[in-house]
Amino acid sequence: MSFLEINGVRKTFGQSVAVEHFELRAERGEFVSFLGPSGCGKTTTLRMVAGFERPSAGHIRIDGVDMTDTPPNKRKIGMVFQSYALFPNMTVADNIGFGMRVAGRPRAEIRARVDEMLGLIHMPEFARRYPAQLSGGQQQRVALARALAAQPQLLLLDEPLSALDAKIRLSLRQEIRAIQRQLNITTIYVTHDQEEAMSLSDRIVVMNRGRIEQIGGPFEVYNFPQTGFVASFVGTLNVLPAEVVDAGAGRVRVDGQEIALGKPISGGAAGQRLSVAVRPEIISPNGAHGPQANQLRGSVEDVTFLGAIVRVRVRLGASAVHFDVFNNPHLAPPAHGDLVTLRFPAESCMVITEARNH
Amino acid sequence: MKRASFWPWLWLALGAAYFIIPLAATMQFSLQAKRGTLGFTAYANIFRDGNFFSSFAFSFQTAMATILISVLLIVPTAYWVQLRLPQARRLIELLTLLPFVVPAVVLVFSLARTYNGTPLTNSREGLRVLLTGAYVVLSFPYMYRSVDTGLRAINVRALTEAAQILGAGWPTILLRVILPNVLLSVLSGAFITFAIVMGEFTIASLLAQPAFGPYISLLSSSKVYEPSALAVVSFALTWASIGLIQFLSRGTPGQGQMAGPR
Repeated sequence: MSFLEINGVRKTFGQSVAVEHFELRAERGEFVSFLGPSGCGKTTTLRMVAGFERPSAGHIRIDGVDMTDTPPNKRKIGMVFQSYALFPNMTVADNIGFGMRVAGRPRAEIRARVDEMLGLIHMPEFARRYPAQLSGGQQQRVALARALAAQPQLLLLDEPLSALDAKIRLSLRQEIRAIQRQLNITTIYVTHDQEEAMSLSDRIVVMNRGRIEQIGGPFEVYNFPQTGFVASFVGTLNVLPAEVVDAGAGRVRVDGQEIALGKPISGGAAGQRLSVAVRPEIISPNGAHGPQANQLRGSVEDVTFLGAIVRVRVRLGASAVHFDVFNNPHLAPPAHGDLVTLRFPAESCMVITEARNH
Repeated sequence: MKRASFWPWLWLALGAAYFIIPLAATMQFSLQAKRGTLGFTAYANIFRDGNFFSSFAFSFQTAMATILISVLLIVPTAYWVQLRLPQARRLIELLTLLPFVVPAVVLVFSLARTYNGTPLTNSREGLRVLLTGAYVVLSFPYMYRSVDTGLRAINVRALTEAAQILGAGWPTILLRVILPNVLLSVLSGAFITFAIVMGEFTIASLLAQPAFGPYISLLSSSKVYEPSALAVVSFALTWASIGLIQFLSRGTPGQGQMAGPR
């Protein structure tokens, strides 16, 4: 039996379906992210786990106990909100100790635990400050400490970093992961930021329109997307319209140029239209990947300098392909109008079909 | 530089004069109870009058009861409307206009007719309860709007959910999380309520209650200098109340701060 079990959960608001057939099993200490665009049902699912929304169908079990009808204040869950939600009338120490005070723990125990938590978030000198006297990043660290102080069995984070600026976001992200590992607490993290989900999670639940598209580790989700949505939502992707030439040999034609997919196209027939996707970082211009690799010829249409990498758009005819090269100060990037041959291994091509049905 | 600062000062002075001159004149008049000299005779007369203290005490107690009932009734209502029934906000706001639309005379006669023959009109205590009830209605718009404004300034939903997930039940959420964060709004509503009850005449007089309003009125019709002295005393009391709000607001550092990102 898994530590957290979400079985066949569905949530409707009036006529509209927010979450449909949600199935997840998470183990103790696991860090799971719900990733998806806004309105995909990830926050609604998290709120059902917290108890703020009641599932229209299905069950939620934590450590073997059915929590579906348990009110939020009886679930022993810690939660961090996007808006921090610190109590403005209480000091940092009082905020952190709130859960334990409500639970009626002895004063000395609360004080010791608050001190321990302040140490954990590296803010021992801020105990007597009020939330309004802290920066956004500091407030969110206090919110994290508050969520963890009463030793919850599950930690929920609802887009905790989205209100912060880029630098703080990065450092706090690492801090959250370190603390989570240290305490070995089962964590659900909701985000629409794929980089955040990739860098933090043991597993990612990619959601779209209330449904799970794919569940898997970051490596798996990024490299082996199971649906077109996952492929396009996670990372950047070149999607090329193609026509099947030989389904058995796995050969298709893109803008008049033939390429191999490295595997047969199941259920495909010559002349059938489909889409082929290739990650920009897989493609390299001129030479690399050897003579066996796929080749597409085109002319450089646009060059975007992004710092460490340079993103180049190549026009093939009706479609265009992006590829990335590492910035090299001693090597001039491709110029507009240059003719290039793009190479990429056949096995790196993804064939995109319709989204899978669950 | 001097030219630039002249006009604002002039307007400020004119505005101040508009308020201060009548008050100063009233004050000066109140000090002339003894012919030819300035003195506090009128004030001494007021404070010597037993009815001053008894009526003041009566209204003060009624005001406190009114405030207590209003707070108990309106804070949870406004909170619930904000959290769960935002669609009811328009209806409640419409209701808050009623005490302005219905004249006090109509209110008091309606109350008297409705509760006629019940313990509320048969006894002195009952009438006092009726009076307090009427004052709760009168102060409803002020109390509701000020509490509602306070609640809108904090992220009620997020604070409630944060407290809930930390194990708090409704009484804890209301008393330890919501109320302290709207305390200033509650206080300002309370002081307006206090001012209304202390000066109210129509209802108290028609219900034949020994309140401060009827006392002032009685004094005005029978004395010359004392009513002016009383006016100055009530101004002083009001200002003291406002000063108290300012003083209390300094002690609450988190007050008025958004709980969310800014």
